[in-house]
Amino acid sequence: MIDRVISPEETYDSVNERISAIVFKRQRSWGWLIGFALAFLLLSVLVGSLFWLFFRGVGIWGINIPVAWGFAIINYVWWIEIAQGGTFISAVLLLFHQQWRTSVNRFTEAVTLFALACAGLFPVLHLGRPQYAFYLMPYPNTLGLWPQFISPLVWDFFAVVTYGSVSILFWYMGLVPDLATLRDRTDRKYLRRLYSIMSFGWRNSARHWNHYETTYKVIAALAAPLVISVHSIVGLDFAYTIVPGWHSTIFPPFFVVGAIFSGFAMVLTLVIPVRAIYRLHNVITDNHLRNMAKMLLAMGMFVLFGHFSELFMAWFSGDIYDQYHATHEALGTYAPVFWITFVCNIVLIQLLWFKYVRHSPVILFLVAGAVNVGMWTERYLNVVGSLHRDYLPSSWAIYHGSFWDWSTFIGSMGLFLTLLFLFVRFLPLVSISEVRRLVYERDIE
Amino acid sequence: MNQNDLTSIPLYGLMAEFDSAEELIAAARLTTKAGYKITDAYAPFPIEDLNDALDLPASRIPIVMLCGAIIGAFLGYGMQYYATVISYPMNIGGRALPSWPGLIPVTIEFTILAAVCCGIFSLFIVTKLPRVYHPVFNHPDFRRASQDGFFLCIRAKDKRFDYVATERFLRDLDPISVMAVEK
Repeated sequence: MIDRVISPEETYDSVNERISAIVFKRQRSWGWLIGFALAFLLLSVLVGSLFWLFFRGVGIWGINIPVAWGFAIINYVWWIEIAQGGTFISAVLLLFHQQWRTSVNRFTEAVTLFALACAGLFPVLHLGRPQYAFYLMPYPNTLGLWPQFISPLVWDFFAVVTYGSVSILFWYMGLVPDLATLRDRTDRKYLRRLYSIMSFGWRNSARHWNHYETTYKVIAALAAPLVISVHSIVGLDFAYTIVPGWHSTIFPPFFVVGAIFSGFAMVLTLVIPVRAIYRLHNVITDNHLRNMAKMLLAMGMFVLFGHFSELFMAWFSGDIYDQYHATHEALGTYAPVFWITFVCNIVLIQLLWFKYVRHSPVILFLVAGAVNVGMWTERYLNVVGSLHRDYLPSSWAIYHGSFWDWSTFIGSMGLFLTLLFLFVRFLPLVSISEVRRLVYERDIE
Repeated sequence: MNQNDLTSIPLYGLMAEFDSAEELIAAARLTTKAGYKITDAYAPFPIEDLNDALDLPASRIPIVMLCGAIIGAFLGYGMQYYATVISYPMNIGGRALPSWPGLIPVTIEFTILAAVCCGIFSLFIVTKLPRVYHPVFNHPDFRRASQDGFFLCIRAKDKRFDYVATERFLRDLDPISVMAVEK
């Protein structure tokens, strides 16, 4: 069984060497430099857009009444759903003893953190007066004011802050033994000191491992309900309102499965090229990709069920606004967005039923990329599709993102990619200690 | 500190290196059986059988985390209760003031955050980390403990520790090497 998640030719030493070499060697890699430069360029697009936003205000975006939630909320939901994939792989699959998670969990947790960094940015920008973002925090103030605790937007603040903190702690905790390995593998004095401090002087003592393992598992067990609560709350941000198409009890679970779906898609989109570039085929085997493809298909079917349920409820409720919303989505102004979503999220993933597709990294990469696009357009439909046709026809309006909307969105990808490039270069992108354990378990099997 | 004539330098313990995890587990089992209590093993990954072999008790950190979770839940709910009922009550359509279902999500987040923070914090306390310098690093090959080395250490402060006898005991376990580790 275990042969399927780690190649039989790997030993402790080959694993140590293969993964730490990515950090220590490849000093001048042109590919990395060019990639990093491009990512950094995009990041500066973000910085420029933010500068202009802070200077002029949210008027530079396409938003107005009735579509007051534009790209900022679409991007927020898109990024935070991408974050879900990492937590799902590292926490939920750990609890289910899925050994294949071991070689990809570090990377996917990093994806979680960086996607969260992007997600956390947008609600603050969306405030219009971002300097007052701290009003969301309950703190003793001379105004005698409190946040409104019975509002999903305040829940969201607490959910994202908790999710971010727990993800960072969980990720760093996993890194500690690997930083100790890096410390012991380098002879350069300053690097040794740096890694020594970063690993808190971890010395692989069995007594420490005992506590470490237990704590790690309990945190994983807490992270699993945490992500579900986070995405339910994101769903409730919408469902709490009376806007047609939003006011629905399917939203919290729909957002949770949508998040796992887009999380797995993003992980596949990133893992396939990284595996090819760093030649990690022995550690991240084809079997890993196949398992993720199956998860992607399963979650895609759940998402399909969510869509079906929305349509059914629109018909069954007899509510003319909901019915109009359901038909207008597919036939109205935003019909192209709807059909892109339909093709990417529903039609294309049906390819994953075929073994040939699941076994071909290239096609898998393309399908996963399509799902990333599809999830963004789906959130576009969620946000704009509902808002632009509310109860009062006189207030109907058409929304389009402005130049600055697009530049902020594309710029946020720059933030994500810059962090990812730095991570891949400076930290072990596969958990060395956990892969060593896989080698041990394979040997005693 | 044990008195022995062989060495005048203060001794941390005797460290034996083994070839594989299985040998380390077997050696640890025999060491525990021989009555040595203050021992430790070093391996590049967590090994469940080793906990058993060294007779390590189950970690009690989950209990601390449970306490943290309960305190977090009370703090989270209490803060919201104070805000919405005592400090700033608002009459919204005559609804009951502590409308508790609406306070649950933030309470859940507080619970999880407090539990995780307690877990990490107690891990630092229990393992006495951060500690960048430690006597075990004096062993010349100890760097391999984080790569592919398996070590067993019997501390000099163990009651049954006797330099000559303990060294002989360790050598009988068929290790790669046995070395004295200075303090």
